Formats: sequence, structure tokens, C-alpha cells
Amino acid sequence: MKGFLLIAIVVAAFAAVPLVVHSNVTLNFLVVALLIALAGQGWNVLGGYGGQYSFGHAAFFGTGAYVTAVLQMRYGVNAWIGFAAGIAAGSAVGAIVGTLAFRAGLRSSYFALVTLAFAEVLRILASVAPITGAGVGMLIKLDLRAQSFQFQSRALFYLVILALVAVALVTAQMLERSRFGAWLIAVRENEDAAMALGVDAFSIKLGAMVLSAAITAAAGGFYAQYFLFVDAGIAYGTWISIEALLTPVIGGVGTVFGPLVGALAAKSLGEGAKLVTGDVPGLDLMIYGAMLVLVIRFVPHGIVGAFADVSDRIKRRVLAARAPAREAVHG
Amino acid sequence: MVEPLLSVEGISHRFGGLLAVDAASLWAPAGSITSLIGPNGAGKTTLFAVISGFLKPTAGRVRYGGEDVTGEPPHRLARRGMARTFQITKPFAGLSVRDNILIGAHLRHPARADALAVAETVARDVGLGELLDRPAHTMTAAARKRLELARALATEPKLLLLDEVLAGLNPSEIREVVPVIRALAGRGLAVVMIEHVMQAVMSLSAHVFVLAEGRIIAEGSPAHVTADPAVVEAYLGHGAAAKVGAHDVH
Ligand SMILES: Nc1ncnc2c1ncn2[C@@H]1O[C@H](COP(=O)(O)OP(=O)(O)O)[C@@H](O)[C@H]1O
Ligand SMILES: [Mg+2]
Repeated sequence: MKGFLLIAIVVAAFAAVPLVVHSNVTLNFLVVALLIALAGQGWNVLGGYGGQYSFGHAAFFGTGAYVTAVLQMRYGVNAWIGFAAGIAAGSAVGAIVGTLAFRAGLRSSYFALVTLAFAEVLRILASVAPITGAGVGMLIKLDLRAQSFQFQSRALFYLVILALVAVALVTAQMLERSRFGAWLIAVRENEDAAMALGVDAFSIKLGAMVLSAAITAAAGGFYAQYFLFVDAGIAYGTWISIEALLTPVIGGVGTVFGPLVGALAAKSLGEGAKLVTGDVPGLDLMIYGAMLVLVIRFVPHGIVGAFADVSDRIKRRVLAARAPAREAVHG
Repeated sequence: MVEPLLSVEGISHRFGGLLAVDAASLWAPAGSITSLIGPNGAGKTTLFAVISGFLKPTAGRVRYGGEDVTGEPPHRLARRGMARTFQITKPFAGLSVRDNILIGAHLRHPARADALAVAETVARDVGLGELLDRPAHTMTAAARKRLELARALATEPKLLLLDEVLAGLNPSEIREVVPVIRALAGRGLAVVMIEHVMQAVMSLSAHVFVLAEGRIIAEGSPAHVTADPAVVEAYLGHGAAAKVGAHDVH
């Protein structure tokens, strides 16, 4: 219950931002940060809780983005329905990749490489297939109406992505409290031991992959509606695979708030650096690299994990301080 | 005759050129403790891995609860009520003792609150009640053995395969765990234990199977097998039979 309350408080605080902040630049910054947090939360379900480190979440992000865009532009489907179909299609890609990878028993770096390969294959296909607009990409027609999933005001876009992030936070929190989540964590910690206790490791990993893909695909679909443009390098590019992985690693893998905290930290640093140096190409990647090194060196459990470690240490110290007192009373 | 809960019929398992288990047969009835003994490298752990579905046998059948379950995956066998511990303990290192046992309890209890209650009861039963909040990676080897036992018990098994749960425990710890195992058989479980602590084997088991170089070379009551010259030769070494015989047999 405490976890859900914290989510409610955090989401309410974010929801209040447009009441005080009217700057489009700031809102745009927050929309992008939340978009990355959402993609990262998808990665976190599989990588953080399940211990299956994917290097190819672009496969799901891109599928969400393309299906949302293509259904609208080629088939005249409503944007919201396109968005839902994008999530479904992303999940289906997750199911296919998961079935192939986990049936083959791929683990750790082999799994990472296979997911990367899938994303790259999709990127290449999307850059030549006529239906995706091939190398040119695809523009979504401007139609600033809520029923077309487009909004005049940045604030509304912001509230939509915030709602999606809220759903993802609640999903992660439910995962921590559910049997499915407990079994997923067990598979991460020791697959053989989990199987001996009745855990169907294959089905659990596959389920996590589908859920993970759905969340990241939602981020992709939102991206398409927000920027009204998709091409192969954006949708299936390694940039999003990297951001989806880095934000939870920086913020804290396998924690509810890790991806959100990581996305805000990474994006803030990136923007801060741009203010100082101007827009140097590749700067954001250098900053991510530096952050990653620092996080792994000093806070291996990420920012959220570091706070948890400190509070644990304080608790233990308080308990240790109390213990002799109790002995004195009884002794 | 009623079929025992577990019967292993002519199981062989080959690792490349090595025939680790060679046409081994054994059985274990409910409500009783059966021991599997034998020198290191005899194939005991491999046989457990075959029974529990982690390895597919090269030949032979595993019958459990009147059905042929050969080659079924471990998680399905666990659902049928088969639980095992690992000789080389496999704790969920990043989790607390409570959460480790919780995973086992979840098998029969989908709701977290129910599973937590079961986990705490089981922890107390095996003497881990004080350590519930300890991260598993900080536990001593002896406590890890108990954790293996607790997790397996939390699945509420009918058949329990214990792979050297007493190894590495000091005599006072052994004295604590032995009654726990005895009580399990008293509750109707079929217990099969691989054990080197002969005192425990002698005092706990109704029936003993002796494995040497992959083959069952003797079986019978503890007193019977330890008096068997073939066992003395293959396993205990000269003079050891007399030593074991000198112990009080309860
Ligand atoms: N995974 C494996 N691959 C190859 N050989 C193995 C493997 N596991 C065990 N062995 C070999 O099989 C034989 C039986 O081992 P094991 O079943 O562990 O014996 P025990 O439990 O009786 O000490 C040993 O010779 C061991 O080296
Ligand atoms: Mg062994």
C-alpha cells in the first residue's frame, strides 16, 4: 500500500507542474524525459526484475511507433486505435523474440546480442520497405484534435505521457507484490532453484518479455504522435535501445522508480551540458557513458538503490544501538 | 502390493564417455525415510537430478504417484509434489530469507499474504525464524543448508529429495535438524536423503540403498547394508563397519 501511495504522490506532483510551468521548452523537456522513462520501465520489467538484459528494445519501441503511424497514414485508422494496435504489435514481437531466444536457452550476453540483432533486422527492413516510407520515413498528418491523439497544448501531451508512466509505475509496483513478480525475480536470482520450486522459467520470462515489450511499444506509439514523424533510424535505432537500458541502470534496476529517476537524471545532465557547450553531436552519448561509469563505480544499485542502501544502513545502526540497551534491561 | 510413491527403474545417465548412473533402481514409500549412500562420485546427485527432471536419463523410467514421469520438466514435477534440495546450495542471493522461502510457498499459495504466512511458519520449523530478514548472501553455509530445506518444504511436497543437507553442519546443528527430518516422515512424506553422516543414516532411515560407481550394490536396513561385505569394500573401507556398529542405533 505504501508503494501505491508514493506513486500517487509522485504522479500528483508531476501533474501539478503545468499549473505553474508554462514554458514549452520545459514541458518539452519533461515530455521527452517521461517518454524515455516509459521505454526504460519496459526494459526494467524484463531486465531489472527478470535479469534478462536486452540490447534491442528498439524492436518494440519501433514497432509501436510504426504501427501507430502506418495504420493512420496508410489505412486511415483512428490514432488511438493505431496506438493500441502498436502496443499489441510490440507485444507480439516480444512474444516472437522471447519464444525464440528463451526456447534456445539464451542467457546473458547471448540474449543481449540476439535482441540487438532483431532490432537491427527490423531497422534494415523498415528502411527499405515501401509501407514504412522506406528511407524517407513517414509523416503523420497534422490534426490537432484529441480524438486524433494530437493536442494544441504541450500540457495535454505531457499529461498523456504522465498517465502512461503512471500505469507503468503501478504495473511495476504490482509486479513486486504479485506471484508472477516473485517468480520473475526468482528466475533472475537462480533459474535452477526457481524451477525446483515449481517455477516455469520459460513461461515466466516470456510473460515478462511480452509485458516489457508492450510498455516500450507504448512509448514508441506516443513518440510517433508527439513528433508526427517516424523513420527507421528513430524507430528502430540503437539510441532508444541504449536509453531504455541506461535509464533503469542509472536510476536503479529492478526498482519501481529507477527508470523515472534515471531518465530525469540523464536528461537533466544532457540538457545542462548542452547549455554549457552548445549542441555538440554525440555529446549525450558521452555523458551517458560517463554517468554509467560513475554509477557502476559508486552506486552499483543505481540512484534509487543507493537511497535504499543508506536507509537500510541507518535502520541497522538504530537496531544495533538499541540491542545492547535491551540486553541491559534483561541482564 | 501397493506401489511406493517413488520408484526408479533401471535409470542410466551418461555424461559423454562417463556412465555416471548405471541401471540404478530404488524406491521410496510415503511416511518413511530412505537413504542413498555411496562414495563421492558414485552418481548420487546425478540420480537425484534425473528423478527431479533436471537431467533426462539415457535409459530407464521414473515412476511417481503411479505414473511414468520420466523426462518431465522440474517445475511440473514440483507441482506434482516433488521437492529437492541442492548439494551445492543455490540461494536467491539477493533476497532475504523470508523472500527465498516465499518463492517456494507461492507454488500452492498465489496470494502474497498467504504465502508469507506459510514462509514464516516453515522458517520457524527449520530454525530460521530469527533470520527471516537476513539477506541470503550473508548466511553461513549451515544456514544455507537450512534455507534449501525450508524452501523445499514451503512447496508442501509429498516427496522430498535431500542432497547432503547435513554436510558441513556441526554436531549440535545436526542434532537440531535430525528431528525436523524425522517429523516430516511422521507427517507422511516420502523422504529420500543422500547422506554421508552415518549416524544420521543409521538412526533415521528405514531402508538404505548403496550406490557405487553408478550401480546399486546393496540395499536393506541400515544394519544389514553396513554389515554387507560388498558395501564395506566399496564404500566404508576396512575396519569402518566395526566402527559404525559400535554406535548406538536408535
Ligand atoms: N554435469 C556433469 N558433466 C559431466 N560429468 C559430471 C557432471 N556431473 C557429475 N559428473 C560426474 O558424474 C559422476 C557422478 O557425480 P555425482 O552424481 O555428483 O556423484 P555423487 O553425488 O555421488 O558424489 C562423477 O564422476 C562426476 O564427476
Ligand atoms: Mg553429490
